[in-house]
Amino acid sequence: MNFDFADEAPKLAMLLYGVVAFVVVVGGLLLLLDVVPTRLARRRQARLAAAVATGTPLEPGRRRSREGLFALFFLLPTVLLLGIGLVIPAIRTLVLSLKNGDSTQWVGLRNYGWMIDRPEIVDILRNTALWVLLVPLLATSVGLIYAVLVDRARLEALAKSLIFLPMAISFVGAGIIWKFVYAFRPAGADQIGLLNQIWVWLGGEPQQWLANPPLNTLLLIVVMIWIQAGFAMVVLSAAIKAIPTDMIEAARIDGVNAWQQFWRITLPGIRPALVVVVVTVSIATLKLFDIVRTMTNGNFDTNVIATELYNQAFRYGETGQGSALAVVLFILVIPIVIYQVRSLRRQREV
Amino acid sequence: MTTTTPTRAGTDAPPTVAGRVRRRLNTRWATAASIVIAIVWTIPTFGLLVSSFRPEDQIKTTGWWTFFADPQLTLENYEQVLFGRSSSAGQLASYFLNSIVITLPSVLFPLAFAALAAYALAWINFRGRDWIYIGIFALQIVPLQMALVPLLSFFSQGVGVGGIELLPAWNLDDEQRFIQVWFAHTCFALPLGVFLLHNFVSQLPRDLMEAARVDGATHPRIFRTIVLPLITPALAAYGIFQFLWVWNDLLVALIFAGGGDETAPLTVRLAELAGTRGNEWQRLTSGAFVAIVVPLLVFLSLQRYFVRGLLAGSVKG
Repeated sequence: MNFDFADEAPKLAMLLYGVVAFVVVVGGLLLLLDVVPTRLARRRQARLAAAVATGTPLEPGRRRSREGLFALFFLLPTVLLLGIGLVIPAIRTLVLSLKNGDSTQWVGLRNYGWMIDRPEIVDILRNTALWVLLVPLLATSVGLIYAVLVDRARLEALAKSLIFLPMAISFVGAGIIWKFVYAFRPAGADQIGLLNQIWVWLGGEPQQWLANPPLNTLLLIVVMIWIQAGFAMVVLSAAIKAIPTDMIEAARIDGVNAWQQFWRITLPGIRPALVVVVVTVSIATLKLFDIVRTMTNGNFDTNVIATELYNQAFRYGETGQGSALAVVLFILVIPIVIYQVRSLRRQREV
Repeated sequence: MTTTTPTRAGTDAPPTVAGRVRRRLNTRWATAASIVIAIVWTIPTFGLLVSSFRPEDQIKTTGWWTFFADPQLTLENYEQVLFGRSSSAGQLASYFLNSIVITLPSVLFPLAFAALAAYALAWINFRGRDWIYIGIFALQIVPLQMALVPLLSFFSQGVGVGGIELLPAWNLDDEQRFIQVWFAHTCFALPLGVFLLHNFVSQLPRDLMEAARVDGATHPRIFRTIVLPLITPALAAYGIFQFLWVWNDLLVALIFAGGGDETAPLTVRLAELAGTRGNEWQRLTSGAFVAIVVPLLVFLSLQRYFVRGLLAGSVKG
């Protein structure tokens, strides 16, 4: 046992500081806003009384600016943090992407040209495209099928929990879980990975699944589908339950079978939820980092944009190229969001 | 000689029977399919859990499914991975603590700030309100990757424009680096948090707010005594969401907490173990389970709130 509480004391002290800071900042803000206006109000009352007594008119328009003062203080922490932590850094990233590795010289668009020139970066873009195509499609399909299958079934809550559970597991944990499924031992030895065991039972030679491109990228994609299907299932299941029952009953009376019911009633009914799920999963997949980093660390042709971004910016010190990759990531998110906004708006108009 | 066949009785029965059979077959297929999916989805985690309790030599030489033929249980793996003496053992107890220290403030701060901002954007009239709301809403689509490099350089070197120092460097080391992680997590959480809570706060009844205003309550008082109690479910949902996000995060921790046992959380340590000791399955399985168990408990006990939150605003960018 080398776990010594004395060694851990500084951490607990930090936690204490953090919580105290929280109480002081938030409590202080509320207290300040509570006490000061009351005092101001009292003073205004006094002035009002004085004004009434002397008969001089009060200047109008004060109340509105006081509202603005409240808003300022309520919004101050958020706006300040977003400015320092997100807006300014994002703009600086944009600028850095036009500079060289240690940000001393302007290089124009060379960092963007570099992506197209280098075959390994083109591979990365291709891998990312594969991820963004397959994960939303398959995760949503599995989630939808499952949601329809267990709808109003016995033990529905339990059945849903089982699929939903991976949502609580970190990508790192999921990576280890699946790395164990894909584990390899040489032919002749007992397999410890489930996939290789099944493969051997079917008469195959044990494979180093994670070292064989392009199959390994597909196997990593399976992990993401495993995580995201639960999310898709929960959102779609709620949407299915929101379809009016009289509509379904009317269809039943008209003799519509289950298959037709799915395509003609369920699917159109849950379209907005489908869009939300596909978009959310797509964006999460685009930014995916943890699974690849845990399972292959980007080796064997499995790299994606986010892992390469990390390598460039934080391991190789190529700030310019890393920033350019971040900008590309941002640019790729935009059309997905535009699609969502447009299709939801169209939905509203219909 | 006309034979009047008894039509009605005969033709009506077969379709119903056939229909019933077909429907039962349908549901039987549906049940089978859903059970298959459920098993495929559960088995990987189950295998990990079983393996984490098996002795080291067994994990490494036989499949976990052989456990049921030859059950041998041990807590040795957990003891090793949590408290082991050697540096390769994991020492996850220390990292576990780091995860807690990182997570608590990283949930509390965004929760409070987002609630305040959401209230202001929904119920205080001031100029430019819509623009600020649109701005925060739009920030949801900026990937946090866009902010990593400059934010890290801000912590270590400060911000300066043309040689003039605008914000000083923080120069944090060892345990103090927790502050960086809290700061980063808080910033990155706010756009979604404000959006989610605003959805909720803005739907509170207008009459209630106006009555309180007429009674002379100030905004802070309305916020504390009326709004906060009413939006507790939304706060819970967002709190759970943020908790899972921070506890399970790897990227932000990797960059802002570093890899040392002073600040790095479980995810960073596990990713490192998976990279450098990829075949030490006795440590990886038990270690992964140590990291999974807290969010799993939170999740299972508060699933209702979480699902509600997810449905309220599953538009995360």
